[in-house]
Amino acid sequence: MKFMLIGVNHNTAPVEVRERFAIPESKLSDAVSRLAKYPGIEEGMIVSTCNRVEFLARSANGCDPNLRGYLRDFFQTDLEPYDKYLYEYQEDEAVRHLFRVASSLDSMVVGEPQILGQVKEAYGTARAVGAVNSQLDALVTKAFGVAKRVRSETAIGGSAVSVASIAVELARKIFGSLEGKTVYLVGAGKMIELAARHLIASGAGKILVVNRTYEKAVALAAKFDGTPVPFDQLHTTCAKADIVITSTGAPVAIFRREHAEQFMSARRNRPMFFIDIAVPRDVDPAVNKVDGVFVYDIDDLQAVVASHISDRKKEAQRAEYIIEDEVRKFNSRLQTLEVVPTIVSLQEHLETIRQAEIDRVRGRLGSMTAEQEAAIEAATRGIINKIMHTPISTLKTAARDPESTTVIELVRRIFNLRDTRVEAGDPPAKSSTESSTSEEDSKLKTAARD
Amino acid sequence: MPLLWLRIALVLYGVGLLYALMALSRGSHFLDHFVFPCVGSGMVLQLVSIVETANEVGHLSPTTVHDVESLLALILMFFFMAIYARYRTLSPGILIFPVVFLLTFGAAIGKQPPQFASPLLRNGWIFVHIALIFTGYAALLFSFAASLLYLLQERGIKSKQVGLLTKLPALEVIDDIGYKSLLLGFPFMTFGLLAGAAIAASTFGPTFFRDPKILLSTAMWAVYMILLWTRWNAGWRGRRAAFLNMIVFLVALGAFAANYFSGVHGFIAQ
Repeated sequence: MKFMLIGVNHNTAPVEVRERFAIPESKLSDAVSRLAKYPGIEEGMIVSTCNRVEFLARSANGCDPNLRGYLRDFFQTDLEPYDKYLYEYQEDEAVRHLFRVASSLDSMVVGEPQILGQVKEAYGTARAVGAVNSQLDALVTKAFGVAKRVRSETAIGGSAVSVASIAVELARKIFGSLEGKTVYLVGAGKMIELAARHLIASGAGKILVVNRTYEKAVALAAKFDGTPVPFDQLHTTCAKADIVITSTGAPVAIFRREHAEQFMSARRNRPMFFIDIAVPRDVDPAVNKVDGVFVYDIDDLQAVVASHISDRKKEAQRAEYIIEDEVRKFNSRLQTLEVVPTIVSLQEHLETIRQAEIDRVRGRLGSMTAEQEAAIEAATRGIINKIMHTPISTLKTAARDPESTTVIELVRRIFNLRDTRVEAGDPPAKSSTESSTSEEDSKLKTAARD
Repeated sequence: MPLLWLRIALVLYGVGLLYALMALSRGSHFLDHFVFPCVGSGMVLQLVSIVETANEVGHLSPTTVHDVESLLALILMFFFMAIYARYRTLSPGILIFPVVFLLTFGAAIGKQPPQFASPLLRNGWIFVHIALIFTGYAALLFSFAASLLYLLQERGIKSKQVGLLTKLPALEVIDDIGYKSLLLGFPFMTFGLLAGAAIAASTFGPTFFRDPKILLSTAMWAVYMILLWTRWNAGWRGRRAAFLNMIVFLVALGAFAANYFSGVHGFIAQ
């Protein structure tokens, strides 16, 4: 068997290329079932998100799954112009890549939680059309387990990494719950709106909006169900606010130390949090020196973002070790699985011989009593089991060895076992054996458990 | 038997101590799930131990320094549980667990000290006095712990080094814990001192007032009241209030330690 993965992501390809390969949700089922039926491919899965498109496949006969051929046919395009954007991984590399993607180590924002859900959806779609059913299934399920382990053993998704969410986190550090807190929006602009949205989503209560142009204040206030305030009343009303987000184009600071002191005495020293995202700054740095007043300007916020990102990178490093460990474990499991078909056909082979011989004996001896039948049955079974014991355990030990294929080959040749693996690659043969695959599969699993 | 319970309690409080040490060194969170059940069962065992001791001697009042330590540790744990129930935070434990551990350690491991000789101890009012005052001390210790955490946290946020303090509760919550502890402690302290004064006046007559322990305690009570008044009236909060809390605690610690200079309160010496 062979795993192969081909894809484009935000690191390797610009959006024009990614959208060329992206598959909308409505067409995904069709695409993935065509992938699984493509010549030489046994199982397949497609993950398509805005940041990445990944095609994952398994072939059964040891030759490379022709994923490029599939891409060419499916997208009706020549792949050459896209070569520099596509990455291709095989075997270990493909396993590792899938583990990294599911664990969000390959994401644009390392540690973001959405990707795991997206991979799960892709898996659901592929499963629904029967495109994953055995080893690829095992691989993808394992990837979910790895992602879970990474999340619980490292702090990779632990800290906020956007300015707006940092602002909320800091406000929580000061006020605890934001329930019922008043937020003052001074100025307008995308950042203010974004931060306000985050604060409101976290429970902030009343919203006051001020702007030099009163109409703009009214418009912004309408969005948040807030109260517009004329600009000249800013300083007289500001003491009501627990959190002030400011982003005006004022050339000099509009909040100075004396203002903050006035606010604090009016507020009976209840704390106040200024989030200053304006450049030049709206809040004089001296305000931060006033007891109970906390000021974060855009650089401070960005410094927190940067430190959280570097925390995540450190955690990502630890996550990579986990991934390595899991890739190794998965491989050794795969190798054990590799000998399973040989063991199964060996058992079948000997069982056929045994049955044939029993039939011959029966023909010669005529009718036998139940005891005689049972005795012959037990004796022949016993012989076979005793003979089989050593070869099977040798095969199982050999599976952990990198040179396992030679041992497997040897056993196959000694017993003249039919090599089912070659036939599976051949499309006509595949369809004829298709009905037996599920049966064979369950055998694989029982044999693997022995 | 009471000593056995106390020693098991000590081991359980040891988990609390470990938690406190690990919280300060950041990083691992693995004790977070065990610490509460551990110190909780420690507290129950300590209660059992105290009740058994009281049963043996026939009265509630502590008869040795060890009993005193154990009782104080138990009251601290009660406070901790009350705060946990209200605020769902283990953070005060960072300071309280080590204190509880040390007190219990003294009580469980130390040599058996001489029994208090004073016949006064058989007076039921003494127990009321001790219990009230100790509750007051416990409240002050909590408010001290909260103030310390507040200052740490406030410094972290102001200097924009938030990363280190991710485990602490929000500033307003810490401030609230400090303030509520202070408020709660005041009536206990007041009535405890009144009970003490009544017992002393009836035993020693009016001269008891010149004793250093009594003077310090009165001073402590006065500072305590002033602090409460400033918080109430002047609306002091945050840093300034935290510093004041700490001063009250230190004065109270002085008053507690004054046993060693006191004629009236020195039960062992008599």
